[in-house]
Amino acid sequence: MSTKKQVVTIKGTKDGLTLHIDDTCSFHDVLFELDRKISGNYVDEDQPMITVNIQLGNRYLNEEQKEELREVIRRHNKLVIDEIHSNVITKDEAQEWEIDRAVNPIFKVIRSGQVLEVRGDLLLVGDVNPGGKIVATGNIYVMGNLRGIAHAGVNGNTKAVIAASYMKPNQLRIADFLSRSPDYDEAEGAYMECGYVDDKEEKIIIDRLQLLTQKRPELAGVERSMLNG
Amino acid sequence: MGESIVITSGKGGVGKTTTTANLGTALALMGKKVCLVDTDIGLRNLDVVMGLENRIIYDIVDVIQERCRLKQALIKDKRFEDLSLLPAAQTSDKSDLTPEGMVTIVQELKQDYDYILIDCPAGIEQGYKNAVAGADKAIVVTTPEKSSVRDADRIIGLLEQEDVEPPRLIVNRIRNHMVQNGDMLDVDEIVTILSIDLLGIVADDDEVIKASNHGEPVAFQPNTKAALAYRNISRRILGESVPLLSLEENKSFVSKVKRFFGIRS
Repeated sequence: MSTKKQVVTIKGTKDGLTLHIDDTCSFHDVLFELDRKISGNYVDEDQPMITVNIQLGNRYLNEEQKEELREVIRRHNKLVIDEIHSNVITKDEAQEWEIDRAVNPIFKVIRSGQVLEVRGDLLLVGDVNPGGKIVATGNIYVMGNLRGIAHAGVNGNTKAVIAASYMKPNQLRIADFLSRSPDYDEAEGAYMECGYVDDKEEKIIIDRLQLLTQKRPELAGVERSMLNG
Repeated sequence: MGESIVITSGKGGVGKTTTTANLGTALALMGKKVCLVDTDIGLRNLDVVMGLENRIIYDIVDVIQERCRLKQALIKDKRFEDLSLLPAAQTSDKSDLTPEGMVTIVQELKQDYDYILIDCPAGIEQGYKNAVAGADKAIVVTTPEKSSVRDADRIIGLLEQEDVEPPRLIVNRIRNHMVQNGDMLDVDEIVTILSIDLLGIVADDDEVIKASNHGEPVAFQPNTKAALAYRNISRRILGESVPLLSLEENKSFVSKVKRFFGIRS
């Protein structure tokens, strides 16, 4: 069964192997060919582990199929799968993406005892009063006074930021990080500030809003949606 | 057809009952037919402040449980023909009152009165829900203290979910010298945080306590500061636009004193 086109093409890069898998043949063929191909390649016992990237092209694989693919590769003990890339996602996934990266504008004053939770980014036009709480899976922008609690990146996104016209929060939380206003030093609060997690210091830094473009340049670009996905 | 206004605060002891009594008195002074409703079952005070304690025969729970007619439970004020009080029960508890019952009572009162002022108990539980149920409008009372402002904020949030007009604010017990020293929140600050319309401010005045101990609301007195404040608020309730007595009034008082000394020296 000699096909004109290779079902699996192996390319070596400096990061390891890249397997290009033809996206027109059946999945069964893929598994068969892949098994044959990588068994054929002799691997030295002393060699270090080789990372493998799989490029699926326009083929969609569900989780079970991906697992089967991994299983085939795992059988050859010197290979480690790094990533499986595909150009296509399901409509559901795309819609989830859409929701997660959408900016949700809300016009309201969040008062003591009230909690506002959104998926994606939150743009609040109004205040958060002491005792009130806003939560978002993405970034939080408050056009108003932030005096309560803001929790950005609640699902663990440490890249999330919190920006407010007037910043005097009870607490700022980003992913698992938490910072609160100092006990003493009756700070006046500040205008046009933002909070983000500093990678080096591993804590929340509150700084001028202008610095946000340096710290999180991806926020402004179109490609930001890709990064979030 | 009258309108019903609930007077609430969340926190206790900020002056809901005093405010209710005084606004009722002030509105009655302006010739309106007013009924005060005390919903603080078990801890009634409004009758004491109004000086009508020993006239109570039936109360609001008796009305709800149909032991008497509404008209029988209403107590006429000693001073005004057009001012009545529907007292709370002292022996039952808050669960004897229901939101539905309150709506019925308030609807019935609206037929005969221009204003029904409902004195709300402290807290945000059943008592509050009962009091708010029958109300068209709401007045939130706060004092210039953080805790009280916090609770007012909470109450405003809850009121937004109810079927009432956006609440208006009364800042009670302002001590001017403390505000000027920066030891007390000033009115602007409170209004910024709560972001609702300010209906009026009342300065802390010993006369208020004195008057309520005598069972005579202070609003009845011709020219104490607090009385003037309450009368101004009631004029605003009637729709007049009256400038705030506010701190400027106090400044002008100071300048009056200065002028007085200026003349003498």
